[in-house]
Amino acid sequence: MSVLAVAEHRNGELRDVSFELLTAGRELADAAGADLHVAVISGDAEAFAEELNREGVDAIHAVTYGDEFNHDVYVQAIEALAADLDPTFLLAPNSVNGLDYAPAIAESLDLPLVTDVIDLAYDDGLVATREMYGSKVETTIEVDGDRAAVTVRPTEWPPAEGLGDAEIGVVDVAIDESAIGSTITGFEEAAEGDVNLEDAEFIVSIGRGIEEEENLELIEELCEVTGATMGSSRPIVDNDWLPDNRQVGQSGAVVTPDVYIAIGISGAVQHVAGMKGSDTIIAINTDPNAPIFDIADYGIVGDLFEVVPALIEEFE
Amino acid sequence: MKVLVTVKEVAQVEDEFEIADREIAAQSLDYDLNEWDDYAIEEGVGMVEDGVADEVVSVTVGPERSEETIRMALAKGVDRAIRVWDDSLEAAELLDPSAKAKILEAVVEDEAPDLVLTGVQADDDAFGATGVTLAERIGFQWAAVVNDLDLDADADVAHVHRELEGGVDEVTDVELPAVLTIQTGINEPRYASLRGIRQAQRKELDVRGLDDLGLDGSIADGPLTLTEMYEPETESDATIWEGDAGETAGNLAEYLRDRGVIDA
Ligand SMILES: Cc1cc2nc3c(=O)[nH]c(=O)nc-3n(C[C@H](O)[C@H](O)[C@H](O)COP(=O)(O)OP(=O)(O)OC[C@H]3O[C@@H](n4cnc5c(N)ncnc54)[C@H](O)[C@@H]3O)c2cc1C
Ligand SMILES: Nc1ncnc2c1ncn2[C@@H]1O[C@H](COP(=O)(O)O)[C@@H](O)[C@H]1O
Repeated sequence: MSVLAVAEHRNGELRDVSFELLTAGRELADAAGADLHVAVISGDAEAFAEELNREGVDAIHAVTYGDEFNHDVYVQAIEALAADLDPTFLLAPNSVNGLDYAPAIAESLDLPLVTDVIDLAYDDGLVATREMYGSKVETTIEVDGDRAAVTVRPTEWPPAEGLGDAEIGVVDVAIDESAIGSTITGFEEAAEGDVNLEDAEFIVSIGRGIEEEENLELIEELCEVTGATMGSSRPIVDNDWLPDNRQVGQSGAVVTPDVYIAIGISGAVQHVAGMKGSDTIIAINTDPNAPIFDIADYGIVGDLFEVVPALIEEFE
Repeated sequence: MKVLVTVKEVAQVEDEFEIADREIAAQSLDYDLNEWDDYAIEEGVGMVEDGVADEVVSVTVGPERSEETIRMALAKGVDRAIRVWDDSLEAAELLDPSAKAKILEAVVEDEAPDLVLTGVQADDDAFGATGVTLAERIGFQWAAVVNDLDLDADADVAHVHRELEGGVDEVTDVELPAVLTIQTGINEPRYASLRGIRQAQRKELDVRGLDDLGLDGSIADGPLTLTEMYEPETESDATIWEGDAGETAGNLAEYLRDRGVIDA
């Protein structure tokens, strides 16, 4: 029996989630009585393999083809490795690139797929825990059959540490280039804007609870009287109510202020990814069950249209 | 050029809700068009308006209630719609991306689109997997999490941006036919106009069963079973300031002053 975990890298560096995958993979391998194999595909795969040699890893397979991620290369490489290793469980990160190849390889290897998993157990079969309805409920999903593919939510497992004694092998996979149907032509970084949220010490962020663009004035006023920098969740930027550089989260800015006030923001995992490193988090939300309260230090369960005007009054 | 847009009616949970028998009671659920699919619809309708595509068709796999959602797609300018359902699916939670993709595959075979647009994820169960699973099944190329799309129909290629983490876009050329999973923010979805809503009533909404698509009910017996649903134990150790707006704002203001982030 084996677990095959697929590492992720970008721009010459392994991403943190790769080391978290090793921990999740080791736990699952222990529970199922399996070996932990790791695949690292493209880029400086051999150097990455050395870095991935952490405690608990049994074998690492470096596929040295291509530079950056390409889903066709990943699918072909994993197919080739799977033909050899016959993995019981395939583990990939629930990242943007994970979403781009994991469903395809699962389908191609005929593996049931469970995504965005936050806990894994093995009891004669795989039991995965995942969230639903914007993190308001948790569910367990039992997988029928022996095998499965799983994508693992970033930052749920601690990174694997310590030096391992894995067997490292370089695998020469014959990639069929005629089957590569998408070509990466470059990368673009979001343009720098009027503010740099990353440097701000005090951020007031606004979410969909604001309802209308006109209502943003209220938050602008709060920022003015308090000297806070305004950030937002994604829907505000999607609506073009604020420019791109105001978005906090997985696909926006990762901020670490002294104080972060989240107003009318539910606390979706992709938002939290960008602000959980704040020193103090304060949430204002009408819904006492909103997931934002799970990571908040202080909270007000209340209507922003009442609380914010009262707050402005405090400072006027 | 023909575009197929998959749409899902998603359930949103109200602030107060109860779980019974691995389900949330219906009275605490509000149904809506999935946010990501709204952007996919806009993208497809825009292509027809710009003369890049000739027809845009939407498909949902869902019970009768979801016709409200599919009507919304029609009102926003989709030419026709297909709803697939079978009573055997009712029992299944229909979480399995593979089962969904098998059903959508049968629709793709009938409709023969050049481009399939799905949402990145469904807001309720958030698998984020249906589009890419479908692509693999039907042998189309694909790209996940697309936040910019420029179609070159003559060259049979879609120039896309894939939104990676940390504000970085991957710029990619995808060969057609393809499945693209659409990210929010790619465009500005329109509201359905009154005229659109009236016109939607006259548009074709084709309801099909699994057997019409040459599939049988065994599709519902997927490998995934939802065995438990519960409210997560709160990890919160937040101090909640109690009182009316004036009092709680007072607490917060005091905290901010003590903390020294504000001198006012
Ligand atoms: C690939 C991917 C990347 C993403 N990247 C990001 C990202 O970088 N950043 C990001 O933020 N999101 C991102 N998202 C979107 C994310 O999943 C959520 O959809 C989004 O964060 C929700 O924003 P919100 O909390 O403002 O809205 P909602 O989830 O709709 O929450 C609104 C909140 O406001 C509260 N509220 C309503 N009225 C009031 C009131 N009067 N007073 C007080 N509270 C009120 C409600 O109780 C609710 O909790 C991404 C999603 C995907 C799939
Ligand atoms: N039941 C369904 N009917 C039609 N399309 C669906 C259905 N479920 C998912 N999809 C499509 O697949 C996308 C991703 O959903 P998911 O993989 O469930 O997160 C959604 O945005 C829809 O476009």
